[in-house]
Amino acid sequence: MRDDRVTIRFWAFGNEGENVQALIPEFERDNPGIHVMTQQIPWTAAHEKLLTGFAGDATPDVCQLGNTWIPEFAVLNALEPLGTYVTIAGESGLPDFFSGVVKMNVIDSTLYGIPWYVDTRVLYYRKDILGDAGFSRPPRTWAEMLRMCQVIKTRAKSRGILRYPIFLPTNEWVPVIILGVQAGGHFLKDGNTRGNFSGKEFTRAFSFLTSMYRDEYSPTGMSLITNLYNSFADGLICMYITGPWNIGEFRHRIPPALQDAWMTAPLPSLDDQIPGASLPLGTSLVIFRASKHKSEAWTFIRFLTARQQMVNFYRITGNLPPRQSAWTDSSLRANVYMRAFYDQLQRVDPLPLIPEWEQVVIRLQQYVELAATGTKTVDETLHEFDREVDRMLEKRRWIVEQHRAGP
Amino acid sequence: MRRRIPAIVLNAGLILIAVVTLAPVLWMISASFMAPGEAGTFPPRLVPAHPTLEHYLLLPERMHLIRYFINSAVIACFATLLSLFFNSMAGYAFAKFRFKGRDVLFRFLLSAMVIPAQVTMLPLFFMLKKMGLINTYLGVMIPSLASIFGIFLVRQFAQSIPDSLLEAARMDGASDFKIYRLVVLPLCKPILLTLALFTFMGTWNDFMWPLIVMTDNSNYTLPVALANLAGEHVQDTELMMAGSVVTVLPVVILFLAFQKHYVRGIMVGGVKE
Amino acid sequence: MTLRPRYRSGSPAVAYLFIAPALVAIGIFFVVPIVAAFMMSFTDFDIYALGSLTFVRFVALENYLRALDAPLFWQAIRNTFYFVLVGGPLSVAVSLGIALMVNSRLARFKSFFRTIYFLPVVTSLVAVAIVWRYVYHPRAGLLNYVLSFFGVSPVDWLGNPDMAMPAIILLAVWKNFGYNMLIFIAGLQNIQDDLYDAARIDGAGVWKQFLNVTVPMLAPTTVFIVVITVIGYFQLFAEPYVMTQGGPLNSTLSLVMLMYEQGFRWWSMGYAASIAFLLFLIILVFTAIQIFLRRRALV
Repeated sequence: MRDDRVTIRFWAFGNEGENVQALIPEFERDNPGIHVMTQQIPWTAAHEKLLTGFAGDATPDVCQLGNTWIPEFAVLNALEPLGTYVTIAGESGLPDFFSGVVKMNVIDSTLYGIPWYVDTRVLYYRKDILGDAGFSRPPRTWAEMLRMCQVIKTRAKSRGILRYPIFLPTNEWVPVIILGVQAGGHFLKDGNTRGNFSGKEFTRAFSFLTSMYRDEYSPTGMSLITNLYNSFADGLICMYITGPWNIGEFRHRIPPALQDAWMTAPLPSLDDQIPGASLPLGTSLVIFRASKHKSEAWTFIRFLTARQQMVNFYRITGNLPPRQSAWTDSSLRANVYMRAFYDQLQRVDPLPLIPEWEQVVIRLQQYVELAATGTKTVDETLHEFDREVDRMLEKRRWIVEQHRAGP
Repeated sequence: MRRRIPAIVLNAGLILIAVVTLAPVLWMISASFMAPGEAGTFPPRLVPAHPTLEHYLLLPERMHLIRYFINSAVIACFATLLSLFFNSMAGYAFAKFRFKGRDVLFRFLLSAMVIPAQVTMLPLFFMLKKMGLINTYLGVMIPSLASIFGIFLVRQFAQSIPDSLLEAARMDGASDFKIYRLVVLPLCKPILLTLALFTFMGTWNDFMWPLIVMTDNSNYTLPVALANLAGEHVQDTELMMAGSVVTVLPVVILFLAFQKHYVRGIMVGGVKE
Repeated sequence: MTLRPRYRSGSPAVAYLFIAPALVAIGIFFVVPIVAAFMMSFTDFDIYALGSLTFVRFVALENYLRALDAPLFWQAIRNTFYFVLVGGPLSVAVSLGIALMVNSRLARFKSFFRTIYFLPVVTSLVAVAIVWRYVYHPRAGLLNYVLSFFGVSPVDWLGNPDMAMPAIILLAVWKNFGYNMLIFIAGLQNIQDDLYDAARIDGAGVWKQFLNVTVPMLAPTTVFIVVITVIGYFQLFAEPYVMTQGGPLNSTLSLVMLMYEQGFRWWSMGYAASIAFLLFLIILVFTAIQIFLRRRALV
């Protein structure tokens, strides 16, 4: 037995946790002195496992971290800064990576994670239904989108068909945040210590979104769409904003006859820059400060984030590589649906990098649910939400003020 | 015949209730033998078309079930033994000794049963961390070491031990501990068995605390591992059912074997208060 | 002057030795954490504090006020009370009804039925919740299948915010009725037959016998069962955690789930501790009310 090997512990979540194991044998062959022990954790338990792991001094060496979680662990001082490692590896500034994605990993000018895969969202749509309504290409702006929704809805109504032009799920926070980002961002103010959701920009985005529900361009509630793929195939919904994993799902679950009828496209825009901005969601690989095998951990991260491994990983999981050079690979180029993602990744805007962000957006999504079906005005809703956000950020405010006043 | 109607109705009712009670369990067992995807068909199948053992074989292989089984077994056994020791001594003392503050203390303990255990979990977690017991078997067992309910059960039972027996042993010059070991414990066998069952089943089925304490995959107990799997493999119904069967089976077997004692414990605990 | 033999009770010193292990364990691992949690509830211990202890502040009652002001907290209270006030009586009534049936002179194979009814109690809640998640499946689940024979159209038990809590109540009743049933049976068996005979001689029918003999004689047992059931139900956690994660739309978010989420998922431990103590307070008040009512009823 290889007792002399260094064992590094690697936590991976969800599907990636299962699929990454296919890549490890090659790593261990190339690095015979290192053994990787992977622990798979479902996403539903990942956050609490990480925090209890941190509190219990039981963190792994390498970990996959959703990039919206990086701020929390940076605040905990739990992550090893990776800037020096990157510079030594000759990739200072990570120029090969999409810049919007890199920004999500930099807090106070310190790099904490290396992007592993990206998860941006684009528009999936039914070419045939749009074509039938007289539109030969997908909407490039939200104004165009509105027009298309109107036409599609009217046509369907006149034929007695129930049809929702676009599906904006009320149990996801991504659609509303995308609109918010496109409207200019500014979700928070005062150095990210207070909510600004009742400000001009977000109010515009939020009103737009709720009007889509009120005009019945999108279904509200989740009970109508019990099976997304059936609904899309039936034409109950015609457009949907979602991520790359659905390419495979759509290929499998939509009947073969309809495979030519759907396509992907970059998001429509709220301003005149095309395409509209999307979000640089995804995960990164990090090293925990408490790790006793940092250099081996770094070797593993370099391996997983190398161009070829990203391509391999894409082939297994369909997860998008954050390296631009990986996109020249034939497997990505051959996939017609990927073009939209590549174009979209040129314009992804980062989100506020604060530990409370996850909590904020989860609460926001619940407000979207309420607003979509409720009777409060947009202004009332957003002011109430800002009050809640202010409360969530109170501690952060106090700390920031301390540091301003402090030595 | 008219006189028989009430009896027929009653027993039919009992049978119906039994069916409803068992239905989910039976379906769980049945689904665990179904081919992948069969359990999710519409209309739902009640019996597998071609029963297969593949999920049970997959469980130890891919799901490391054996390890989790062992974790659960070790923790449950040791927790049971330790708690028997702690609780029986205390219960005997409360029943047969006279000491200052005995009744006040006992009533205080009883009232503490109202406190939900979840209140203690946060600080207990930090306390165990300081003691280095996070992610250890002992850490998981600690809340079950001494249980107020256990002390109560033993006390109720021990009260019925004739004082004369104890006096006789004392007159023979036996030390208190000897009396406890050679006279009290054997007499208390029935309630001890009940207590052992309660503790074993409680620790085996416990979910929230092991979830918090065990940070390492490999240390998970069965319920925690099962919840984990369910989070990941939402689509693999049949596999989940097999996992559930394995989790449920040991306790059910224990129960069926020792029903009488388990039932007695509940009655003792319930009727006299 | 009677000579009391000294050996009648062992010396108190030995008694203390005997209770020591249990009491020390309870003291260290139960009482101390409770006190600590109490103190923590007056601080704003959170993720920042986890990083550096300088980021902890004493905030007096702020956590409690924040909870009382938080819509999520009141949602959790509503959900938990819904569960307790609907599930509790339902569970007790079902247990009592079945106990009466099993205990009846007309029943056959009593111990067989008793065993079956008790089975759900010993099963692991997690395993069972997983099974019931599938039973509740809108299309492929057993429940909707059976209901379809009665002409009921498919219900989305776990996806519909109005049906999710009833679904959890149903699961809880199914899981626990056997336990209370046993205690009821013990209580029923303690009622002497001559009481029933006397009532019958007085001309009372089955229902009157139930009202005038069974109910009063069973009162202490019933109170006991109601008290422990209510206490247990206030602590609802595993079912929503495994089946719905508190959803849909937070309709199954219980107080303990909220505490767990705030404490272990978001690391707002001071706040979570205050929720735990508010829950404790609620349970205490409820228990006191029940005991008070019982004393009143006995007088």
